[in-house]
Amino acid sequence: MIAALRDAFLSALIALGLFAPMVGLVLDNGDQGLVLRTRPVAAAVMVGLVFVGRLVMRLWADRPGREARAIRASKFVPKATNRYVAPILLAAAVLLPLTGSRYYVDLGTLVLTYVMLGWGLNIVVGLAGLLDLGYVAFYAVGAYSYALLAEHFGLGFWICLPLAGIMAAFWGVLLGFPVLRLRGDYLAIVTLAFGEIIRVLLINWVSLTHGPNGITDIPRPTLFGLRFSMDDGDDTVAAFFGIEAQTIHRVIFLYYLILGLALLTNWVTLRLRRLPLGRAWEALREDEIACRSLGINVTNTKLTAFATGAMFAGFAGAFFATRQAFISPESFTFIESATVLAIVVLGGLGSQLGVALAALVMVGGLELLRDLLSTIGEQMGSAWFSGLAGDLPTYRMLIFGLALVAMMVLRPRGLVSVRTATAEMR
Amino acid sequence: MMNASGVPALAYALQQLINGVTLGMIYGLIAVGYTMVYGIIGMINFAHGDIFMVGSFLSLIALLGLASLGITAIPLALALTLIFAAALAALYGWTVERVAYRPLRGSFRLAPLISAIGMSIVLQNFVQVGQGARVKPMNALLPGGIELMNDGNFAVQLSWMQIAIVATTLAVLAVFTWLVTKTPLGRSMRACEQDLKMAGLMGIDTDRTISLTFVIGAALAAVAGLLFLLYYGVIDFFIGFLAGVKAFTAAVLGGIGSLPGAVLGGLLIGLIEVGWSAFLPVEYKDVAAFSVLILVLIFRPNGIMGRAEVEKV
Repeated sequence: MIAALRDAFLSALIALGLFAPMVGLVLDNGDQGLVLRTRPVAAAVMVGLVFVGRLVMRLWADRPGREARAIRASKFVPKATNRYVAPILLAAAVLLPLTGSRYYVDLGTLVLTYVMLGWGLNIVVGLAGLLDLGYVAFYAVGAYSYALLAEHFGLGFWICLPLAGIMAAFWGVLLGFPVLRLRGDYLAIVTLAFGEIIRVLLINWVSLTHGPNGITDIPRPTLFGLRFSMDDGDDTVAAFFGIEAQTIHRVIFLYYLILGLALLTNWVTLRLRRLPLGRAWEALREDEIACRSLGINVTNTKLTAFATGAMFAGFAGAFFATRQAFISPESFTFIESATVLAIVVLGGLGSQLGVALAALVMVGGLELLRDLLSTIGEQMGSAWFSGLAGDLPTYRMLIFGLALVAMMVLRPRGLVSVRTATAEMR
Repeated sequence: MMNASGVPALAYALQQLINGVTLGMIYGLIAVGYTMVYGIIGMINFAHGDIFMVGSFLSLIALLGLASLGITAIPLALALTLIFAAALAALYGWTVERVAYRPLRGSFRLAPLISAIGMSIVLQNFVQVGQGARVKPMNALLPGGIELMNDGNFAVQLSWMQIAIVATTLAVLAVFTWLVTKTPLGRSMRACEQDLKMAGLMGIDTDRTISLTFVIGAALAAVAGLLFLLYYGVIDFFIGFLAGVKAFTAAVLGGIGSLPGAVLGGLLIGLIEVGWSAFLPVEYKDVAAFSVLILVLIFRPNGIMGRAEVEKV
């Protein structure tokens, strides 16, 4: 107890050093330049939190019977309860538009976009073990491919979808070919640099991309040539089926479109894992040198993983462009890459179900939490609650970052650590 | 020879050389932190650029705080700020290592890197939430300078600020070199760099040495943060990202693991960046730095002064 108290006290002392200047003092942009404002209460609260947190952590770790529990935990084998989770999730995803609520369908579309990106990146990071920090670059290539092809050549979504995927895969090969010989962490930095290069190019190559203003009026997808439109043309979905034109039709169509694309990604991944190529990816992740000595062409294997992942990002990018009808370089920052990476890592690096759950929690959960908080705030007339909800987007990335660190420290194999080797030695 | 703006090319190039060296010194200071950590535990400390950013904020807070306390003598204020920022940034570096990296030693290969990315995001958003997202401007502390050369229509300026930056960097690097080459701590660090496991068997407290490596790296990054603040006069919570990638490029260019290489690489990156901005489209200057990184990694992954890495099983 004394030891725990002393430990907590020391932690609080360090926290004081960390938070007293950075939280206790604020640089305010005043009219006359910067002014220094003090905020002692906030700093004190944070130091207090560290003290209490550390004390609880120590007492929890030191509670009696710890060793016995540790031994039991090491023998713990996760049961296959998740057999039912995936079908239930899928059924819920398919049935969601029946609620008829535009809000939920929009939110579902957003979540599914991240699920698809997560599954795509999962091939690269989770299966092949290549850390790609510039995944958003391929997303951007896909989105801009579609937007530019539509703008200059008047091509429709369905023709551009495969083209966007091919373009993104092409860029993946182009980047991957020289750099995939590098060690894992060099690769991470190079992909990061590549992501930034693409973004800077998009901003500055104004004659092609319209720079920071972005591209507007990107055409919407059609259903076998039928448009989703409110006008009374003959080729609209509403006219063909003889129903009243509503914008919700398009929203629901987009939802099923991304659901289909995401499931395609999942299906391809699951199939690939059973091919020799997929086996090679997983082997590569576990031990590159062993792979090389067994005669696997490491560069080609990595390259296919990289290109396949990039292709799915390209598909998702084309979908993003057609859904928003507007894209600008703003949407393709490093934060997006980090978000998708966070989803893959939290999902357990390689687990398909884990990625879906992580995307659901991190994208959908936070969004729902924000709305819940602001509703509660309005009901109670509490400005504090509403204010908290308004701050959530600001705190979102902070939570992401903390979750990444906590995940690595506490459960490096992910929330749903069901990932098992596809093939096992017996 | 005249360039487009009618300025004699020689004078113009000399001015860019001065600017490039100044900027390169700042990158070099950050790069030392990357290269030290990589040399010892073989990980890219992704959060290092953000420690630099935190150091920059700490410096600005200290400068404003000292001014409000009535300490306005510039040399004294700068010295106090330097100590304050270096000490507290070192504490940040220590904490990051303790919380996010040490528990992961011996975990799978990508774990520390992902944790470091998380830490980088945490630091960025912590500063954004705590200090606001708007850029923080500061008045120039040391205006003026010496005119080195004037041939009618272009004056080559060496500002006091640039002299101060170069002098500070050299002084800090001198202390650092002494620390690494002459002290028991430096000896432990070099031993750990050669072979971590063996150094541990020889009775070196490797955990402590690694901690101190982070502390020293963070202190150097904080000095760079102060110099960056003085040079540009404006900072925000996002500066650590670009500066970090460029400094990492510098470390790779110089040969990762090599301390003189890091400083040399920093100078080269500074010169490349300033040279590019001077003669080529300035919007693409960051692309230049990133392209250098990719090219170096492809054609000379061991850098200028690095040793070839032998992978043993």
